Amino acid sequence: MTAARSRLRPRDTVRVAFSGLRARPLRAVLSALGIAVGIAAMVAVVGISASSREQVNQQLDALGTNLLTVAPSQSFVSEAELPREAIDMVGRLDAVESVSAAGIVPGTAVYRNDEIDPNQTNAIAVSAARTDLLDTVSATVASGRWLDDVLSAFPVVVLGADTAELLGISRTDGDVQVWLGGEWFTVAGVLDPVPLAPELDTSALIGWPVAESLLGFDGAPTTVYQRVAEGSVDEVRALLPATVDPAAPEEVAVSRPSDALAAQAATDETLTTLLLALGGVALLVGGIGVANTMVIAVLERRSEVGLRRALGATRAHIRRQFLGESVLLAALGGGGGALLGGAATAAFASSREWPFALPVWVLAGAAGATIVVGALAGAYPAARAARMPPTAALSSV
Amino acid sequence: MTVTTAEPVIRLRDVHRRYPGRPPVRALDGVSLSVAPGELVAIVGPSGSGKSTLLNILGTLDRADAGEVCIDGRDVGTLSDKQLSALRAHSIGFVFQQFFLSPGVSALDNVADGLLYTGVSLRERRRRAARTLDRVGLADRLRHRGNELSGGQRQRVAVARALVGRPSFLLADEPTGALDSASGAAVLKLLHELHDGGTTVVVITHDHGVAAELPRQVHILDGRIESDEYLAGAS
Ligand SMILES: Nc1ncnc2c1ncn2[C@@H]1O[C@H](COP(=O)(O)OP(=O)(O)O)[C@@H](O)[C@H]1O
Ligand SMILES: [Mg+2]
Repeated sequence: MTAARSRLRPRDTVRVAFSGLRARPLRAVLSALGIAVGIAAMVAVVGISASSREQVNQQLDALGTNLLTVAPSQSFVSEAELPREAIDMVGRLDAVESVSAAGIVPGTAVYRNDEIDPNQTNAIAVSAARTDLLDTVSATVASGRWLDDVLSAFPVVVLGADTAELLGISRTDGDVQVWLGGEWFTVAGVLDPVPLAPELDTSALIGWPVAESLLGFDGAPTTVYQRVAEGSVDEVRALLPATVDPAAPEEVAVSRPSDALAAQAATDETLTTLLLALGGVALLVGGIGVANTMVIAVLERRSEVGLRRALGATRAHIRRQFLGESVLLAALGGGGGALLGGAATAAFASSREWPFALPVWVLAGAAGATIVVGALAGAYPAARAARMPPTAALSSV
Repeated sequence: MTVTTAEPVIRLRDVHRRYPGRPPVRALDGVSLSVAPGELVAIVGPSGSGKSTLLNILGTLDRADAGEVCIDGRDVGTLSDKQLSALRAHSIGFVFQQFFLSPGVSALDNVADGLLYTGVSLRERRRRAARTLDRVGLADRLRHRGNELSGGQRQRVAVARALVGRPSFLLADEPTGALDSASGAAVLKLLHELHDGGTTVVVITHDHGVAAELPRQVHILDGRIESDEYLAGAS
């Protein structure tokens, strides 16, 4: 009988730690709050940036990353254009799956009506567009219709998303006309924003034939768009300048719009790091709060410690009890914070119509950080409780 | 004194305990004491006589500076802190003046906590706690929380908690000190009943009235045992 040891089952350790928290629920919640804020901030920051990246990835998946755009180098004159043969030349490249083009009609502006002073310029470019442009750049029509072979021969215009907003036009039933290059053009359609060709958003697009016949367009493209076989993108990219303009390949700029989209998503990386650091500071402050709560708890509960020692608790049992309490307290905050951060991510993602993405490693990291913070915060108070002589603990009441 | 044949539960031989100070306090100054199984003993003395110091040493919560302390047949001086904890868990049942019950916890679980550090499962702890509460006459108060009980009931719960592990002896520190006389009498009656059932009980008190009701009275003064009397006619 005397050889029997003093033993506290692991399950009972958790139970004892939990009952310590339950005895003072308000204090537990308040001191867990600091941890919750820190974890919530970190989870939300990572979740939101993951959701944003997921959104871009999904967009790129849908739009494809094999679109290349050829335009005159920006460093040259603004009215620069590509050779008329450029479209045919590009189409002859093996790896090119489809080619389309748009050409700015020089000196042509578009207005809501014919009473606006033509000297008052706006940012809207009038471009002749080939009928296959829509498919090549994965653009979609918000309302009305896109140009086809028939419409392209008539004074009909399709507005980019920004253009439509700028002109205040949403009707596409054929009743609305705009004053374009000194002629009335009927609005046949409005495009959705085009992520791979944002320059189209601020354009007014008319048929290639009507541009030539009515507005004196010379038929030289400003931008050539081509879809390239996956895997040949880099190769084609290298060939394009000389193909488009063999005489002056250096005046040709090739770009891959999907790269720009991906880069856009990566630019907020520094902000993410900063916010993560702030979350870390909040977590640290939360940890100090937990440590403070635990120090007070140990002081207040001297007689409880004495009683437990009298009931047979070893120093290790007392230490484990308070350490467990501290870790549970932090875990309470961590769990609440993860829920809060997840909810914030979901709310933000849905407000932007992004997909919801929360990497598992964040949750695992939050759990790990919580346990470490709880253990660190509880280590000193727990050691102090364990060191209290049982007589002092009992006589303190 | 009396010769007992059984191995004593408590045996102190020339125990000294002094507290540092100028001059140092000799709280225990050569105490020798033997308690046999089944005894009901009062250790009585005025305030400052060294009762609490003796209680701490009997309960292995504190160590003697000199002398020999044998509890339940084991020489306490040779045991580690961990071994002393085990001794308390299995062999000693404490009853305190202030009860030390958890207020928000049921009587049943307060008593079950008496077995917490013996490694018994919760289900078994509760089963034994219910049986022990029945023994102290509180079978109908199992679900009551500590703060829903009267002082006398609380002390009976505390006695049940001390008893639930079937210790070698109960160590009661002023068990009636915080109670009105009726409740105090009921608790004393309970201790008598336990004694009649064979439990060894040591009661520490400053109250001569309480001590007078117990069969053996050990008087302590200034850290020394003044007298050790067996009451004629007591069991
Ligand atoms: N921790 C301590 N430090 C110093 N002196 C103490 C301490 N505890 C008790 N004493 C002294 O030891 C003597 C005995 O005290 P105690 O055992 O508490 O007596 P009682 O319980 O009979 O009142 C008293 O003079 C008291 O002042
Ligand atoms: Mg005292």
